[in-house]
Amino acid sequence: MSSLLPHRLERSLSLWLGVLPFFVFALVFLVLPTLHVVIGAFTRPDGSLTLANLSDLMSGTILSALWLSLRISLWTACLGTIGGLLVAGAVIRGGLPPALRDAVMTFSGVASNFAGVPLAFAFIATLGRLGLVTVLARDWFGINLYATGFNLTSFSGLTMAYLYFQIPLMVLIITPAIDGLRGEWRETAESLGASGVQYWRMVALPVLWPSLLGAFALLFANAFGAVATAMALTGSALSILPIILFAQIRGDVLQDPHLGYAIAFAMIALTGGANVIYIWLRLRAERWQK
Amino acid sequence: MNLKRIGSWAIFILAVIYFLLPLVGTLEFSLRARRGVYSLDAYRNVLDDPQFQQTLAYSVILSIATVILGVLIVAPTAFWVRLKMPRLRPVVEFITLLPLVIPPIIIVFGYIRLFNTSSILPLTGSARGTDFLLAAGYATLSLPYMYRAVDTGLRAIEVQTLTEAAQSLGAGWATVLARVILPNIAVAILSGAFLTFAIVIGEYVIAALLNRPAFGPYMVWMGSNRAYEPAALAVIAFGMTWASMGVIQLLARRTRFTKG
Amino acid sequence: MAFIDLTSLGKSFGPTPVVRDFDLALHQGEFVSLLGPSGCGKTTVLRMVAGFETPDSGDIRIEGQSLLRQRASQRQIGMVFQSYALFPNMTVADNVAFGLRVAKLAPAQIDKRVDEMLDMVGLAAMKGRYPYQLSGGQQQRVALARAIAPRPRVLLLDEPLSALDAKIRVALRTEIRTIQRQLGITTLFVTHDQEEALSMSDRIVIMNAGRAEQIGTPEEIYNRPTTRFVAGFIGTLNVIEGQLGTEGGTVLTCAGGRLALPGTFGASPGETLSVAVRPQSLRPAPIDGDGLRGTVRHVEFLGAFTRLHVSCGPNTLLVDCFARDLAANLSVGSQIALTVPPDEVLRLSA
Repeated sequence: MSSLLPHRLERSLSLWLGVLPFFVFALVFLVLPTLHVVIGAFTRPDGSLTLANLSDLMSGTILSALWLSLRISLWTACLGTIGGLLVAGAVIRGGLPPALRDAVMTFSGVASNFAGVPLAFAFIATLGRLGLVTVLARDWFGINLYATGFNLTSFSGLTMAYLYFQIPLMVLIITPAIDGLRGEWRETAESLGASGVQYWRMVALPVLWPSLLGAFALLFANAFGAVATAMALTGSALSILPIILFAQIRGDVLQDPHLGYAIAFAMIALTGGANVIYIWLRLRAERWQK
Repeated sequence: MNLKRIGSWAIFILAVIYFLLPLVGTLEFSLRARRGVYSLDAYRNVLDDPQFQQTLAYSVILSIATVILGVLIVAPTAFWVRLKMPRLRPVVEFITLLPLVIPPIIIVFGYIRLFNTSSILPLTGSARGTDFLLAAGYATLSLPYMYRAVDTGLRAIEVQTLTEAAQSLGAGWATVLARVILPNIAVAILSGAFLTFAIVIGEYVIAALLNRPAFGPYMVWMGSNRAYEPAALAVIAFGMTWASMGVIQLLARRTRFTKG
Repeated sequence: MAFIDLTSLGKSFGPTPVVRDFDLALHQGEFVSLLGPSGCGKTTVLRMVAGFETPDSGDIRIEGQSLLRQRASQRQIGMVFQSYALFPNMTVADNVAFGLRVAKLAPAQIDKRVDEMLDMVGLAAMKGRYPYQLSGGQQQRVALARAIAPRPRVLLLDEPLSALDAKIRVALRTEIRTIQRQLGITTLFVTHDQEEALSMSDRIVIMNAGRAEQIGTPEEIYNRPTTRFVAGFIGTLNVIEGQLGTEGGTVLTCAGGRLALPGTFGASPGETLSVAVRPQSLRPAPIDGDGLRGTVRHVEFLGAFTRLHVSCGPNTLLVDCFARDLAANLSVGSQIALTVPPDEVLRLSA
């Protein structure tokens, strides 16, 4: 066989053989399944093309689930961005002992992966009706948390829980950008007569801006795709879009498999779009940091 | 200056409270199973539960399978791309980052429709087939972490030079891989493996939708049926995650030492 | 009264003193270099003047007024860093305008001054570009324009040329000096490159271990180093140690023979002395005559002259001579005698 093939062809064949397992795996278990879902979003059960599935998304339950998901994701991305920036800024540039920085980075690495069932349990044990904080607030301060309108299985409760992985993720993403703010910029600004506030307004924030927006996009995508935390925390009390999709996959509750595809496509479009924004902004930020 | 430090401490302490309270709360809650006194009853109930043992064992075995599958797919490719096909790097990198963009629920949705009993590859038709599909799904989820870990390991050792040096000394491909490259990136691979383990061990969505008896679905089931046991489970799960991360930190430190 | 007065400045980082008892007076319009090896405290002196470090002791005054209570932003001091430190989010024009905007100048005035400054550094055409689109030399020109745009009282340059290619470095040297003269701005320049310091400065301060070893014009520093450190740092000097004697005029008895010294050399007989001799001051002499005797260990042909490495007792002396002064049969292993004109022997204090 090898003697029949021209030498160059044989060489390039053996080159490709080395990466073949990876590409076959990625095709079968990543690309094709995703494509199947995307194509399903644009076809009828008989295989003909349609946009009806997508327009059906704009109906009552699904639209309100989409709206709820968007609100949760935007809100937790927003708070996570601000919270993470504050924490990272305090640890890196706030004059705290350097040992704290290592501790915070290690913790962030772990906590950013906490999304899931145990996180929900932790919040139930802490802020649930019998949780530690709820009980202590009642016994020590006479405050009934649940009488104030707070409810762990509601929007505010879910936001609280999501921040537990959103803030650490932000800390991890934004740390290199804050490290990239060079001391000389601050000193130059100062020697040119600028105050600390002027430095932040005119130099530091504009330089950080693409990184901040990019991180926001990534946090948004991260929250939008999360399912397990919400399910374990609220059951199905709070129907965000992925929970509807989960129920649809499990029991075809929408009685239309192609509507499920459409929901999936909407999710890919949103998280994918957010990621594209993230990558684009990060490249922009890196160009400056050279 | 001083105001800045006070502000920083304030932010830091607030963060510590927010991040520690749920951990303390979970621990405290998990000890409350017996009325009036702290006890380990919840843990005893969990550990004695045959379901717990079975699902955890299942998930551990599955995550080991995932790690092996992931290493087999990622390590040779990363090596080959660095050595012979650097122009493929952006493509491979892009593919390995896709699982961060596409939510897992969508990937598993695709699996269920693509590998159903009436398809060419009816993996969901048998328990073994579904187990394989689950491992493949987890290996897909772990691609970004695994690839980055291995690639970082490879970058640190100058693959090209090492390979050429070994070959000029008469080593064949098998020897190069087994005796030169692998030992040098073993630490990187192990880091990737433990991160994968930490992510996979309590995973819920894929396991639940593929209907396999894994640890994640078991936790959810406990969550809706018991009061204190879920907190004990959360403590156990956190413990496993922290242990994995601890091992990664140790490994990272060890490489630092060997580099001198 | 000098324009700038630094008096007995001291600064420690933790237990290690980096600047000790440092005095310097600069006149209006003067260009003074702080020259020394890395870690000698020169940058710390500069940063104390700028206001980024607070001295532990001593005072910094401009026209008699102490700066110590002023923050960096109030001192009206321009600073240029080795790493350019241009604001990456602003165009060239915006960078130069920064100090003027902060000072709340009228927009028309700002535009005019920015154009003026960019003309001066020859970058008027790059006005709208971003820093990442410029070469290193261009970036440093912008940094210079930015620093002088608000008309500071003092200009501080912290190794501004060190990150640049050799060719651009030389060109920019002249350019900086020209602009400095034109504006008459008092300048303190930090460098570890002696060629830079010698070619640009009105005066040079040689720093070692936090202290000023010698202060003087480039000619003084080069021709009459007063300490062993300065002699070693400036140029290739042979340092010879010996004992002073008076048999037949003042002579220094040292390894390999004796050196004649001018007058009494300001020392008393019997004293142990260090002297410095430039490689080009050592001349090959007849082997049976006076002078230092040694063995040629190595011969380097360097174009215009030839450098001999001659071992003389425990020392190795460098001897630069023109081809016509060399004996034809000179080669590695040859015995050689060396003499020095007495007034070319430099006395060192330590």
